[in-house]
Amino acid sequence: MLRIDKLNFAYGDLKVLWDVDLEVHEGEIVTVVGANGAGKSTTLKNISRLVRPGSGTIRFLGQDLGRLQPHQVVEAGLIQVPEGRRIFPEMTVMENLRMGSYVKGTRGDRERNIAWVFELFPRLREREKQLGGTMSGGEQQMLAIARGLMGNPRLLLLDEPSLGLSPLLVKNIFDILTGINRQGVTILLVEQNVYQSLRISHRAYVMETGRVVLTGQGDELLANDHIRKAYLGM
Amino acid sequence: MAVFMQSLISGILIGGVYALIGIGLTLIFGVMRVINFGHGDILMVGMYLTYLLFTYLGIDPFVSVLITFPLMFLFGGFLQKVFINRVLNAAAQNQILLTIGLGLIMSNTVMLIFTSDYKILSTSYSSATIQVGGGVSVSTPLLISFLITAGITAALYWFLLKTDTGQAIRATAQDREAAQLMGINVKRMSILAFGLGSALAGTAGALIAPTYYIFPQVGAVFTLKAFVITVLGGMGSVVGATLGGILIGITESMSAVYISSGWKDVVVFVLFLLVLLFRPSGLMGKSRT
Ligand SMILES: Nc1ncnc2c1ncn2[C@@H]1O[C@H](COP(=O)(O)OP(=O)(O)OP(=O)(O)O)[C@@H](O)[C@H]1O
Ligand SMILES: [Mg+2]
Repeated sequence: MLRIDKLNFAYGDLKVLWDVDLEVHEGEIVTVVGANGAGKSTTLKNISRLVRPGSGTIRFLGQDLGRLQPHQVVEAGLIQVPEGRRIFPEMTVMENLRMGSYVKGTRGDRERNIAWVFELFPRLREREKQLGGTMSGGEQQMLAIARGLMGNPRLLLLDEPSLGLSPLLVKNIFDILTGINRQGVTILLVEQNVYQSLRISHRAYVMETGRVVLTGQGDELLANDHIRKAYLGM
Repeated sequence: MAVFMQSLISGILIGGVYALIGIGLTLIFGVMRVINFGHGDILMVGMYLTYLLFTYLGIDPFVSVLITFPLMFLFGGFLQKVFINRVLNAAAQNQILLTIGLGLIMSNTVMLIFTSDYKILSTSYSSATIQVGGGVSVSTPLLISFLITAGITAALYWFLLKTDTGQAIRATAQDREAAQLMGINVKRMSILAFGLGSALAGTAGALIAPTYYIFPQVGAVFTLKAFVITVLGGMGSVVGATLGGILIGITESMSAVYISSGWKDVVVFVLFLLVLLFRPSGLMGKSRT
């Protein structure tokens, strides 16, 4: 479904991605784990075309993303829930959700999708009229995910959705992601919460200083010595 | 008391037009983070357009708004697409220079065509007044222009709050990158915002054409006013610009009556400095971190 070949990228003179290869198949949950600054968010920004293209190719459903503008990537069904939530602070919860289905082909499903995300996150229904900027961090994260779902994603990219959330809410979010995946949404997840994310993933990639150093199935990696020492502190 | 009411009402009426000018500038700033120093010159183009439509086609200035608004929208969209979009990532001083330059080109082109002579657009009602009771009378053209202003402002609020495109413009102003992740074409939103801002400035020009002298350099004073209104209201806040415009209108009109018309600009700037001193982010602005 998504295939990245030999992606290299630099911010000015600072090279941050080296020959990154990554693949996501339809129906999977794939996780990218790695320490701070490993280049995970930069990889997602390249996919969504938010940064100038580096070298290498990124193909989604056979289409070369390198030719597209950021909004066209979204129109193709590839939606990113960015790091730090990036809620529109002066818009209400409802308005934020509506922006999630801004793309023409998704507006017809707006009412149905609103009902769906309110079912997934009942808290959002209670806060419908509240301004995004005044929501708590956890609520904003729910809103960010819900907003991403409003656009009928075929592939959903999530950048550290569990950051700063209570353990209970983290578990809740991961359960919801698993549920969404069962409903047919393919997921590419970037996470620092290695244990939880590997547990729900079909496959995972480990990134270190801009390179993919390890890849395998979720449970394989959970049993891997390097992972256990470096990321799980065991 | 009648004098007070009189100047309060005319202040509010002229403030409506100021609000239109300020909203235009703040809309552009909100989406692009570029201050359009050619804003007053766009207003000036709107004035000349109205003058031409009146003189050569006999179209009433208030009716000509129907033509001025869409034409100035296209003009602004064109400026954005061809010039401003290219400097969005450039240093702030380069963006300022570009908008100043565009303004200079507009005023000098108009000067070449029409010379710098003052033109007067006088309609049958240019100096008419209406009694509103209590010894208070208001200028007819000012009243009509206020009603049109109020209509346009209400329509604009509806557009920004209720339509997908209007919400997308606000979203782009609040977080450009997140807006892109919603599938919003932010370049297109910039063109729309600059088009709308220009249409509002041009319309303001049309509305004041019956009561102001028309000359190529008339824009400068309005650029300054628009800037004061925008800062006063909080950069990027449409509600703030609406209030700021009315506030400046009232202040000008009051100080002209109670101090002297020569001092009204001074009073406006004193007010401006006071607001900046006590509320640096403007009336409706949020302190940026
Ligand atoms: N806009 C930028 N300009 C310059 N350097 C940047 C920029 N964004 C990120 N970097 C650098 O690129 C490297 C990779 O950053 P990236 O955000 O992709 O890491 P990450 O794996 O997402 O880290 P984290 O887990 O902390 O979010 C880091 O060294 C970072 O300092
Ligand atoms: Mg990151």
